Amino acid sequence: MSDRLPGFSTLAVHAGAQPDPTTGARATPIYQTTSFVFNDADHAASLFGLQAFGNIYTRIGNPTNAVLEERVAALEGGTAALAVASGHAAQVVVLQQLLQPGDEFIAARKLYGGSINQFTHAFKSFGWNVVWADPDDIASFERAVTPRTKAIFIESIANPAGSITDIEAISTVARKAGVPLIVDNTLASPYLIRPIDHGADIVVHSLTKFLGGHGNSLGGIIVDAGTFDWSSGGKYPMLSEPRPEYHGIRLQETFGNFAFAIACRVLGLRDLGPALSPFNAFMILTGIETLPLRMQKHCDNAKAVAEFLAGHPAVSTVNYAGLASDKYNQLARKYAPKGAGAVFTFSLKGGYDAGVSLVSKLQLFSHLANVGDTRSLVIHPASTTHSQLDDAAKIKSGAGPDVVRLSIGIEDKEDLIADLEQALA
Amino acid sequence: MNHDAYPDNYIRAILNSVKSIAMVGASPVNVRPSYFAFKYLAQRGYDMIPINPGHVGKDLLGKPFVASLRDLGRPVDMIDIFRNSSHIMPVVEEALTLDPLPKVIWMQLGARDDAAAEKAEAAGIKVVMNRCPKIEYGRLSSEISWMGVNSRTLSSKRAPAPTQGMRLSLNRMSVGGGDTAASDRAAKNKSEQS
Repeated sequence: MSDRLPGFSTLAVHAGAQPDPTTGARATPIYQTTSFVFNDADHAASLFGLQAFGNIYTRIGNPTNAVLEERVAALEGGTAALAVASGHAAQVVVLQQLLQPGDEFIAARKLYGGSINQFTHAFKSFGWNVVWADPDDIASFERAVTPRTKAIFIESIANPAGSITDIEAISTVARKAGVPLIVDNTLASPYLIRPIDHGADIVVHSLTKFLGGHGNSLGGIIVDAGTFDWSSGGKYPMLSEPRPEYHGIRLQETFGNFAFAIACRVLGLRDLGPALSPFNAFMILTGIETLPLRMQKHCDNAKAVAEFLAGHPAVSTVNYAGLASDKYNQLARKYAPKGAGAVFTFSLKGGYDAGVSLVSKLQLFSHLANVGDTRSLVIHPASTTHSQLDDAAKIKSGAGPDVVRLSIGIEDKEDLIADLEQALA
Repeated sequence: MNHDAYPDNYIRAILNSVKSIAMVGASPVNVRPSYFAFKYLAQRGYDMIPINPGHVGKDLLGKPFVASLRDLGRPVDMIDIFRNSSHIMPVVEEALTLDPLPKVIWMQLGARDDAAAEKAEAAGIKVVMNRCPKIEYGRLSSEISWMGVNSRTLSSKRAPAPTQGMRLSLNRMSVGGGDTAASDRAAKNKSEQS
């Protein structure tokens, strides 16, 4: 066979999946089993000792989940991936490999509200200290670097306002500091942005959103870019030092450019336990097969809806990077030329009350706390996803009291606009 | 040969053609990467010869240790070197005294010596550096996909279930042969550091 490079849509359908060796089943089977038999005692010992490739127990790996992992790794251009139970679980597992108690990581201030909570409160209780920086001010990341900094965390397209992050500029800061850049690529999906091409070392996703795409299954994933040298300076002992859990194996030395994904699996997932159900993996895999088609429709619809809102007299501002007038339009043209995503915010002249009224009058848009569904969704972040932040933090993260967030689905755009029109009337 | 990114066909042709592999620096310690690779390649049907002067008189998985390449006493297709980059050159020079010459010299993950590679290639020997044959075999057969690793191959054919001692087909459609932007960047980062 030649070394021809297949396109994104081909990978979305085929990567990681091949007809089942036992039955010939063409769709990826759901291996709904906790455990896998060993050939003999030596095989079992080889698997437990990480000497052989194979399956032991679904908390460590599962053949259905493995197809999902390879597919997302291929779409992101990474060396390997690990699927876990949710996007939040992905973040815990990633940082567990990088931080010791007392260490710091720098995070962009504009993040999904759930991540802000997780970093501020849950991670603080582990002794992992978040230091916030402003993605619109690259120098603020440089200023935040200390000898205890172990990673930088950003979103490619940031929740809730759909702002675009200058990944390359922040990756330069990370390289200078000698720490990996972690990019949450949930709102872009690899169809719009491949962060690894722009300098990311680790990509995480909530698969629950556009990758699964149908609002039916939770999941998360960690993609290893294979670009970071974990051995230098003894800064990342989970990867560079002999692991007592595995009789003294050094993961970087043994697994090379996919050692981080292996660490997440054999030290993170194995010991923390947030395994993904193989059924959810199957649902998400089915979703990914149509990712390129859906994502383009999501973006095209979002642009049409944003343009409609920008021209509506009841609307004061629309934050959508796909609009030529938007602050982030230049970055959108650079990083996401196919479309600026489908999650954005707008503000109503009538403030908080007008927002509440709009949400209650909408007939097609569903009022719920998710994004990246086939269905169009609406939420008032200040009272829901970002409600646990104080007022100043709400405004800083783009979720002020007058702000409404939309996640545009793949319905007919005329129907979405008509629904907004009647609700704004 | 561009030693930053090998085409899959180059690696595939090597793994499909060699039968005997002498592993320099093979360790009997079962958590060392050389032990992993030796055992895996033996299970995939390669004729493995462990070379390590510190263990002569003992054997590795039933194969007696040999002190050096000069003591092989028979031709080998490939020499797999499990030594640090600074110890590569003498091994390659010794390999070049063998008659017949090996067809392939392979340097393990993390090991790279461009001058040694040039010498070997001038003698008509194929060279692979900074790769693991176990990982490459697992990747091209897609067996490594069990670990969520991107094999960078596709296939619509039904594969036999992998069992001990069985050679898996390496003939899958390749997705670019390692030329991802990320692998280029990793190589570039490495060369900037060194």
